[in-house]
Amino acid sequence: MSQPNRLDSGGRIDRDRPVHFTFNGARLSGFVGDTLASALLANGVHMVGRSFKYHRPRGIVGSGAEEPNAIFQLDEGAHTVPNPRATQVELYDDLVARSVNCWPTLEHDIGVVNGWFSRLLPAGFYYKTFMWPRSLWMTYERYIRKAAGLGESPMAPDPDRYERRNAHCDVLVVGAGPAGLAAALAAGRGGARVILVDEQNEFGGSLLGSGDSIDGVAAGEWVGRITAELEAMEEVTLLPRTTAFGYHDANFVTLNQRLTHHQPVRARTGCRERTWRVRAAQVVLATGAIERTMVFGNNDRPGVMLASAVSTYINRYAVLPGRQAVVFGNNDAIYRTALDLAAAGADVRAVVDSRRDAGGQWRSAAVERGVPVKAGCVVSRASGGRHVRAAEIYRLGDDGLGEAEDVIQCDLLAVSGGFSPAVHLHAQSGGRPVFDDARLCFVPGTSVQAERSAGAARAVFDLAGCLSDGAAAGAAAAREAGFDAGTVPEFDTAVVAGSPVEAMWLVPDRVAPGRGPKQFVDLQNDTSASDILLAAREGYRSIEHVKRYTALGFGTDQGKTGNINGMAILAGALGQSLADTGTTTFRPNYTPVTFGAIAARDVGPELFDPVRRTAMHDWHVENGAKFEDVGQWKRPWYYPRSGESMRDAVNRECLAVRNRAGILDASTLGKIDIKGPDAAAFLNMIYTNAWNRLGIGRCRYGLMLGEDGMVMDDGVTTRLADDHFYMTTTTGGAARVLGWMEQWLQTEWPHMKVYFTSVTDHWAVMSIAGPESRKVVERVCEGIDFSSAAFPFMSMREGRAAGVPARVFRISFSGELAYEINVPANCAQHVWDAVIRAGSDFDMMPYGTEAMHVLRAEKGFIIVGQDTDGSMTPIDLGMDWIVSTKKDFLGRRSLSRSDCVRTGRKQLVGLKSRDGVTVLPEGAQLVNEPSDATPVPMVGHVTSSYFSAALGHPIALAVVKGGLTRMGGSVHACTLDGRRIECEITSPVFYDPQGERMKQ
Amino acid sequence: MLKIKCPWCGERDQSEFSYGGEAHIVRPAEPDELGDEQWGDYLFFRTNTKGLHREQWVHSGGCRRWFNAVRDTVSYRFHGVYRHGEEGPGKDEPGSPS
Ligand SMILES: [Zn+2]
Repeated sequence: MSQPNRLDSGGRIDRDRPVHFTFNGARLSGFVGDTLASALLANGVHMVGRSFKYHRPRGIVGSGAEEPNAIFQLDEGAHTVPNPRATQVELYDDLVARSVNCWPTLEHDIGVVNGWFSRLLPAGFYYKTFMWPRSLWMTYERYIRKAAGLGESPMAPDPDRYERRNAHCDVLVVGAGPAGLAAALAAGRGGARVILVDEQNEFGGSLLGSGDSIDGVAAGEWVGRITAELEAMEEVTLLPRTTAFGYHDANFVTLNQRLTHHQPVRARTGCRERTWRVRAAQVVLATGAIERTMVFGNNDRPGVMLASAVSTYINRYAVLPGRQAVVFGNNDAIYRTALDLAAAGADVRAVVDSRRDAGGQWRSAAVERGVPVKAGCVVSRASGGRHVRAAEIYRLGDDGLGEAEDVIQCDLLAVSGGFSPAVHLHAQSGGRPVFDDARLCFVPGTSVQAERSAGAARAVFDLAGCLSDGAAAGAAAAREAGFDAGTVPEFDTAVVAGSPVEAMWLVPDRVAPGRGPKQFVDLQNDTSASDILLAAREGYRSIEHVKRYTALGFGTDQGKTGNINGMAILAGALGQSLADTGTTTFRPNYTPVTFGAIAARDVGPELFDPVRRTAMHDWHVENGAKFEDVGQWKRPWYYPRSGESMRDAVNRECLAVRNRAGILDASTLGKIDIKGPDAAAFLNMIYTNAWNRLGIGRCRYGLMLGEDGMVMDDGVTTRLADDHFYMTTTTGGAARVLGWMEQWLQTEWPHMKVYFTSVTDHWAVMSIAGPESRKVVERVCEGIDFSSAAFPFMSMREGRAAGVPARVFRISFSGELAYEINVPANCAQHVWDAVIRAGSDFDMMPYGTEAMHVLRAEKGFIIVGQDTDGSMTPIDLGMDWIVSTKKDFLGRRSLSRSDCVRTGRKQLVGLKSRDGVTVLPEGAQLVNEPSDATPVPMVGHVTSSYFSAALGHPIALAVVKGGLTRMGGSVHACTLDGRRIECEITSPVFYDPQGERMKQ
Repeated sequence: MLKIKCPWCGERDQSEFSYGGEAHIVRPAEPDELGDEQWGDYLFFRTNTKGLHREQWVHSGGCRRWFNAVRDTVSYRFHGVYRHGEEGPGKDEPGSPS
């Protein structure tokens, strides 16, 4: 098992613990401590995928979150993960990875044809081509998605558990590189509660891949020392493998901690990821900097890598990504990498420095080492197909390229275009990054929240500077959080005099951009310099528009390596400064976060959206009920007997109520207990009718309007005592009505003495309806005289039901003689059983919400929210009888607004199909004359529609323009399958229009 | 996510609160005295302030009390909270009740 690119010694890998894994079907090996990317490079695998649009071969470029190319489909089945960056995947046994962006295989790729036609695929190509005709968009989209081929989501339910945790701290330090470690140490020594997070498995950041020494020991050892000191501090929490991915208002920072990702799939137990929701008094952003690519021809060939990544692979993973190296850039990083390469035994054939006369100690060290330096030169093009083969080097002229300098064969081209501070979190916190002309990067601007950046995150790029900057930031944060930070820690490390970076956003070519080989800015989205220049030529000015037009920075990497180059190229084309061009918006998340981590335990029907069940739920289940969801409630819909259709069951249940007796679980009705000397006066304002003179023990139906005059809820309210009422609301409106009343009481009428208590869950309600219902309840209840004289319609009596204290209401939503027994929910099943036993002699049947709907529709009783839609007044509903003219109430003045009194408003009516058999579809539009010229004016719609077993024909409720004046006339209902059904406009009351049955 | 200070419970997470629109809109004592336009003004029209805005909040997931707040609609920053009947912070600032 050879790893041809593995160095014999060094690195932070554990050579005693080999790890076996599979990439695109091949069995490979690495070591514990490797990332998937470092293991692939150790095995000599460079080419790992194909590009988004042109399907060009692509290799590993970076070593961390910035990686644009090496995104894979990881593992299989329910455990599969789409699009992780191989540079951030810790290697574990039996890991399975495959390339995503190639179809059918990596080696033989069909989409490469896109590359041959690349001239035909400029910026905005997909917009321009595929947006029209719109009917074909769906077809195109499927093709594009397959060809573009990012990873696939697992199809099986997620087998893992995710958690959420809230935390508070004094100082949150993001990033545990030199600046972050120093900051945490300073704040921790001061006694502050510190949380230190880093996205990697080990703390140390850039120190893990460097040959520096601090306080007289190697950087890696120093990291261990500092980490141990932090670990020993009681108030310090260390979170490796944790990404701060969002910075929100009020110093609220969200962290994603990965707990089991690094373990073999079969060995994983417990929580997979944890989302921390941290409120920090102070935040220190030590997020480091991201190296930029160099934009030149064929800069995407596998083997072209970021210089810092090359150094990291050598020093941290003991992997030498190439033997014959050219290093090219515009800053001192190229010399450091050249030294690392030389030390690792590579043949460094040239360091190509675009700066004409860079000095400094890094360059001197490289020259001393014998590395050939070509100053004032650039790599204008790379050549090679599936791997870089040579670098074409030109001297820089005064304006563009000068003469050809050399063509150097190489298998590794390390590039550095400078460093961009990771200002993402600062920008998310509300700060506006500003362009630093000297250091050629955006740096954090003025802090909006209690945060400060330190180290490379604010363009302090040298180690000594990072350490002291971090320590100062940590101490300052602790001080502002109220801690005496004492002496700021100091660290001893070599100060190296460098040479400043010089701008080289787009390397000149012999020909104009777009005519030569592609010069990529965004590798993941195949955005090239010529695309940006084309956008500028086509009139795009705003970087946000250019981003959307060219897809610059749109990938899963959010353009971490190339965005700034793209902005600079646009700025150049527009003849403006980078500061004027500005950045695109930095939005959460810094790196992708799984849906599982965001949802945490809020999954499934129980935990995401709680299910509410009535006290008699189990009985309904045992008796074969089909259920209907009403808000969060499960309500029995109907109780089919074996072999019975829904319609047959509902008909049977309806007829039982009309002819004998039925029982309905009505526990879900909203119930509000209203108490206080001003209770009646309050109800007068809330309801359209008057409540002062309602007798104790009497019930009254009420309509509630919004202040705009539109019906918002209804229900029966009962007076229990002079100062005590019991209100019922619709099942769905309970919370809204309580909130509505509380708002008016507190904000408008605080002088009123009245209290509201929600008692929806406290009382179970069983409604016994039908001509035999009196006999049933009489058998169950004690202490109540059920004679009509003693217990009239619309009144309430207290007594006992099956021995349980009960309130019995004589009210009816079916139009039949009916009683509602209210008992404490904890005793409800016992009472329900007793009522069922008592009803068996009368062939009483349980009925569900569907029969309830039919029964009430036969009576023309509305359901708020079904027959009303927020634009119906009581007058529209034909309910002017309930609207008091003698008092004010909420919504009253609106009823006389000009729009509410105009003719032609939609009004509630009944409809009967003239054919006597067709049940109209609910929601069907109504027209007067279907043969009229189109568009045929619509005059209303069907709101409720059922077959009435009691009447033997279909019935419907509808709203029709001016309907109340059109009784006996016709409208036509239009069905989706093209039928036009003629209907007679009738009164909405179909059954027992005099209302005698319920008063018997 | 903001932190909001309930005048009764203290500082709590925004998720515990609900928004109630512009504050200090008093329901007319004699609605019948108003023309349609005046009533419509009370009903539908709000200031849509850019800057300091006096508005109602309710601690719906807590004590369920309504209160008023002065909040900057540009920065979202709360400049203060006050109970009903209280004058509130900075009565000379823009958006203060007349
Ligand atoms: Zn509160």
